[in-house]
Amino acid sequence: MSTKILMRGNEAVGEGALRAGCRFFFGYPITPQNELFEFMATRLPQCGGTFLQSESELAGIHMILGAAAGGVRCMTSSSGPGFTLMGEGLTALAAARLPAVVVCVSRAGPGLGRIASAQSDYRLSTRGGGHGDYQCIVLGPGSAQELYELTYLAFELADRYSTPVIVLSDAILGQMMEPVELDTLPVIDPPEKEWAVRGKGKNPRKVIKVAPHTDQELVEWNRHLKKKYELIREKEQRYEAQDIDGASLVVVAFGSTSRIAQDAVMQAREEGLAVGLFRPISLWPFPEKGMKELRQAGIERFLVVEANNGQMIEDVRLALCGSAEVIQYGVGGGHIFAPDEIYEQIKMAVR
Amino acid sequence: MLEEILVAGFGGQGVMLLGQLLSYGAIYEGLEVTFFPSYGPEMRGGTANCTVVISDQRIGSPVRNRFTALLAMNQASLERFSPFVKPGGILAYNTTLIEALPRREDVRIIKIPATQIASDLGNPQTANMVAAGGLAAALGFISLEALFKGLYRVLPEHRHALISINQEAIKRGMECVSISE
Repeated sequence: MSTKILMRGNEAVGEGALRAGCRFFFGYPITPQNELFEFMATRLPQCGGTFLQSESELAGIHMILGAAAGGVRCMTSSSGPGFTLMGEGLTALAAARLPAVVVCVSRAGPGLGRIASAQSDYRLSTRGGGHGDYQCIVLGPGSAQELYELTYLAFELADRYSTPVIVLSDAILGQMMEPVELDTLPVIDPPEKEWAVRGKGKNPRKVIKVAPHTDQELVEWNRHLKKKYELIREKEQRYEAQDIDGASLVVVAFGSTSRIAQDAVMQAREEGLAVGLFRPISLWPFPEKGMKELRQAGIERFLVVEANNGQMIEDVRLALCGSAEVIQYGVGGGHIFAPDEIYEQIKMAVR
Repeated sequence: MLEEILVAGFGGQGVMLLGQLLSYGAIYEGLEVTFFPSYGPEMRGGTANCTVVISDQRIGSPVRNRFTALLAMNQASLERFSPFVKPGGILAYNTTLIEALPRREDVRIIKIPATQIASDLGNPQTANMVAAGGLAAALGFISLEALFKGLYRVLPEHRHALISINQEAIKRGMECVSISE
């Protein structure tokens, strides 16, 4: 008998967090991520954890700052309008070099927008989300199983690099249900953190700062961050490429759009068009290495499809450095792509 | 194989549960599945629908605009969605609540008196289960056993006392389609 459980994407994120040992969740509700709230509100107390609905997103992310400083695995979640408000906390987490996981289930903007799905928060997420000179690792899952596994990975990476990690989902991924196999990942006890601030007792004093005392100290901080981000760029690029051999056009898409593009690519191939699909999984660091390999394999045309007015295309262009032709097809504001629609774009783009 | 199924009705008919039951049926048959609910402000009263995509391969889009099978639980859903059934596909409908015949001749029409059968069983609320059994019979690759097992997953534990009633409804739905086919 199958051990797979049919799970809503938002719930799969919660399962991944619990599996990774997350026991603290603070945040403020917003559609389309409320099922994650419901899940955490039910399950965390059962696991000896704490769920707390804060009075605002700003309060929620700063509770995360406190919990992270205490050395525990913790998470918050929001969607575009609330995620923006978390920018201040995100940059503080990065400055204090604290590990935490922030989930953004994006919806259509700009402004308050609507609850319809869109990939409108790609730029905000991959450029850090707040002020100052920092990055967050950003993961872009494409299925319920991946929402589960990449949320778990987000906690591992957050601890490994002592940095905030964003899981970028969207309304389609959050609301859809798919079978999830939980046993692909081990239950773990999160690592003890010797730097954690938990009450001094008789131990030496520990300090976690979100602001330095001198200009020189700040320069050192930024040197440290730069080095760390270079290491992450080197080690943590993730992507998936399919049907690349002999392709004359490669479609680049992430998250829910990659799923819809997969059907369009298959249809195109059935009609004899040499088209492949490249799916960035780590959105920051963007999988530049994978793109360069495609370029070296002779791919000269790329079609970037995304549910926004053109955000990821900037990273694709940077990765290719003008060495290939890049076309974008994007519709923002909550439009949901049909496979046929992307197929038509492929037909126009392929040579 | 690839089945793109749309289940549609009005809020309260158990359309989402029906879609989830079919999804579990597919899981227990060793298939891949993606369930996508209608989503948005329209959920508050009025229509409800969900898309269930089943395949033996990795599934691409959870969202579809054409379907290999439609299960319409009420008149409005039949009228709205029957144009999107692919030629040769299945058009199943709840004959108790739908009087007008579907205007399609290039599809396989499956008539399921779901609400009637459920009422005969003394539980009109189980019309969705009758319809699930009927559609599974028409599809031909989800067994009674797989749906029975699925019931334990889609019904919360405090409703498990109702499993036998629902099993009977599924069985009757399956029989009604198998006999008329």
